[in-house]
Amino acid sequence: MKKDAKKTLIKLVVAVPLMFAFGFALVPLYDVFCEVTGINGKVFQSEHSEDLITDDGRTIAIQFISTNNENMPWTFKPSEQVMKIETGKYHGATFYVKNTTNRKMTAQAVPSVAPSNAAAHLKKLECFCFEQQELMPGEEALLPVKLLVSNELPSNIKNIILSYTIFDITDYDDEVLAHHQIEAE
Amino acid sequence: MSAVIENHHDDHHHGPAKGITRWLYTTNHKDIGTLYLWFSFAMFLIGGAMAMVIRAELFQPGMQIVEPEFYNQMITLHGLIMIFGGVMPAFVGLANWLVPMMIGAPDMALPRMNNLSFWILPFAFFILLSSLFMEGGAPNFGWTFYAPLSTTYAPPSVTFFIFSVHIMGASSIMGSINVVVTIMNMRAPGVDLMKMPLFVWSWLITAYLLIAVMPVLAGAVTMMLMDIHFGTSFFNAAGGGDPVLFQHIFWFFGHPEVYIMILPAFGIVSHIIETFSRKQLFGYSSMVWAMLSIAILSFVVWAHHMFTVGLPLAAEIFFMWATMLIAVPTGVKVFNWVATMFRGSLTFETPMLFAISFVVLFTIGGLSGLMLAIVPADFQYHDTYFVVAHFHYVLVPGAIFSIMAAVYYWIPKWCGNMYDERLGKLHFWLSFIGVNVTFFPQHFIGLAGMPRRYPDYSLIFADWNMVSSVGAFLFGFSQLLFLFIVIKTVMGGKKATDQVWDGAKGLEWTVASPAPYHTFSTPPKVD
Repeated sequence: MKKDAKKTLIKLVVAVPLMFAFGFALVPLYDVFCEVTGINGKVFQSEHSEDLITDDGRTIAIQFISTNNENMPWTFKPSEQVMKIETGKYHGATFYVKNTTNRKMTAQAVPSVAPSNAAAHLKKLECFCFEQQELMPGEEALLPVKLLVSNELPSNIKNIILSYTIFDITDYDDEVLAHHQIEAE
Repeated sequence: MSAVIENHHDDHHHGPAKGITRWLYTTNHKDIGTLYLWFSFAMFLIGGAMAMVIRAELFQPGMQIVEPEFYNQMITLHGLIMIFGGVMPAFVGLANWLVPMMIGAPDMALPRMNNLSFWILPFAFFILLSSLFMEGGAPNFGWTFYAPLSTTYAPPSVTFFIFSVHIMGASSIMGSINVVVTIMNMRAPGVDLMKMPLFVWSWLITAYLLIAVMPVLAGAVTMMLMDIHFGTSFFNAAGGGDPVLFQHIFWFFGHPEVYIMILPAFGIVSHIIETFSRKQLFGYSSMVWAMLSIAILSFVVWAHHMFTVGLPLAAEIFFMWATMLIAVPTGVKVFNWVATMFRGSLTFETPMLFAISFVVLFTIGGLSGLMLAIVPADFQYHDTYFVVAHFHYVLVPGAIFSIMAAVYYWIPKWCGNMYDERLGKLHFWLSFIGVNVTFFPQHFIGLAGMPRRYPDYSLIFADWNMVSSVGAFLFGFSQLLFLFIVIKTVMGGKKATDQVWDGAKGLEWTVASPAPYHTFSTPPKVD
C-alpha cells in the first residue's frame, strides 16, 4: 500500500472512535446547553440571591400539576392547585405524598415548566425534586418547594405551570442514581 | 499491508476462482460489488414483502389480516431492512463496481476489508430477521426506535436488534473508509478531483457522511443497550435521563443518513441524463458544490424531525430556515439536469426513463419536504401519512429508481449482454404508475389527518387507502419482472459493444464488455 493511502486510512480510522465518543459527549453537552439556555423546562437549584427580590413585582398565577409515572402507586398531589404569587418574592408551596403500599419505597420527582421560556425565570431555592424520597409503608409527608419568579419574566406570561412526575426508583442501583443526582445538580 | 498487494498482484493473470470459495474469499471489487447488489436485491424483496403485508392490512378499515402487534413489527422491519439492507448496500455495490473503473484504479484500496465489510452484512440481517421468531416478537417500535419505547417497553429481542445495528454500522464504516482511501489515493494520473465523474464525487461525499454519523448511531444503540442491561439512565427520566435527548442523538445521525441515501442517486442520474441527452452535463462544478453544501447543511437541520417535542421558538426558527436553505443547492441540481436535457438529442431507453422520472418525482418529494419544514404547518402534518408520502417519494422514485436506472445503464458492462429493452420499458411503466398510485393518495389522507403507524383507520380514509394498496401491489409485483429481466440479461442476450450507449463517456466504457475480471492493472492515459 502506498504511503499516502496509509495516511488517509489512519486518519479515517481515528475519526471513527472520535465520532463514537462524540455521540456520548452529546449527553453532557445537552445538559449543559439546557442549563445555560434554560430551555427544556429544566429547573436547576439556584443560590439565594438578594438581587432577585424586588417590591415592584406583578401578580401571576402558578399552577401545580402532579403525575404518577406508570406503576407508581403513591398518592401524590399539590396541596393547592393554583397559587397567586408576586414576581420578585419567595413563595413556598407543598405537595402531599403517601406511600399507599405495604413496603418501603423510594421515589424521585422530575420537574418540568411550561411555557418553556418561563423556565429560565423560575428560581428554586429548595425543592423536593433535588433529592429522593424514601417512605415507609403507609407513611405520608408534605414535600416543600421554595421558589421565586424573577421580575424579568416576559410580560405576556401570566400563568406558569410547574409539573412534577413522580417515579418509583426503589429497584434502581444506588450508585447510578447518585451519579445522576450529582450531574443534575 | 504490502503483502496484500503482492498476493493480489500474483493473481492478475488468473480469472476468478471456481465454486463457492470464489465468493467467500474474493477480494475483487467486481465480485464484491455483485455480492452487494444481489444481497440488496434479496433484502429489497423481503422488505417489499413486508410492505405488502402492511398494505394488505390497510386495504380496508378494521383489522383483517394481522394482529396489531405483528403490524408494528412489520413497519419496523420494513423500514430497517429497506434502509440498511436495501438502499445502502445497493449503493455500496455500485460504488464497488464503478468507482475503481471510473477513476482508472485496478481495485479498491483495501480489498480484504472490502470482503469483510460485505460478509458481515448477511449475519446482521440474519440476526435482525431471526427476531421475528423470538419470544415477544421482533422489534416493534418503528425504524426510529425512540427510547424509552425501545428500551423500557421493548420486547426482549431488542438486544439482538442493537447487535445487528452495530454490525451494519461496522460494515458501512469499513465500506466508506475503503471508498475514501480509494478515491483519494488511487486515481489514475490526470483524473483530478474536479475531473472526477459525478458518481465518484457523490460517493466521496457520502462516505465522509457515513464515517461521521454511523459511529453516532452506534453510540445511540450502545446507550440503549446500557439502559436496558446495565442500569444506566441515558433516556430514562426516573434516573435523571431525558427521552428528548435520544431524539437529538438519533436525528443527528438520521438526517445525514437521508442524504447518504440520495447523494449517490444524484451522481447516477447525472451520468445517465448526460449520456442520453448526448450533450455535456450542464454545470459540472456547480453540481459538485451543490452536493458539498447539501452534505454540510445536513448536519445542522436534524431538529426539523422534532418540531413537536417542545423546542424553544428560536430553535424552531433556526431549523426551519436551515432546512429551507437546502432547497437552494437541490434546486441548482434539478436546474442543471433540466438544462442538460434542454436541446439535447434525447432518446428514452429504460435508464433514461427512470432518470427522468427520478428528477420529476424526487422534486415532488423535495417540495413536500419544504412544506414539512414550515414549523406551524408541520404541527399539522407531523406523524401523518403526509410524512409517509414525503419520504417514500424521495426514497422509492428517488433512491430506488436511481438504483434501477443504474442497473439498466451499467448491466451491459457488467455481464456483456443487453437487457430486453421492451421488458425494461414495461418494468419502468408498471413501476412508475405503481409508485404514484401508491404514494400520491397518501398526501391526501395525511393532510386529512390520518396518523402513521396504526394498523386501522377511520372510515373517512377508506377510499384512498384502497387505491394506495392497489398501487402498492402493482409496484410490488412488478419488481418480480425486474428480477426476471436481470436474470435473463445475466444468462444471455444481444452482445453489448464496449461503449454500450453512443453518448456514454468515462473510463468504464473504454474497457471490454463484459468488463474483464481485472481492469486498469496499468493506469490508463487520461487527458
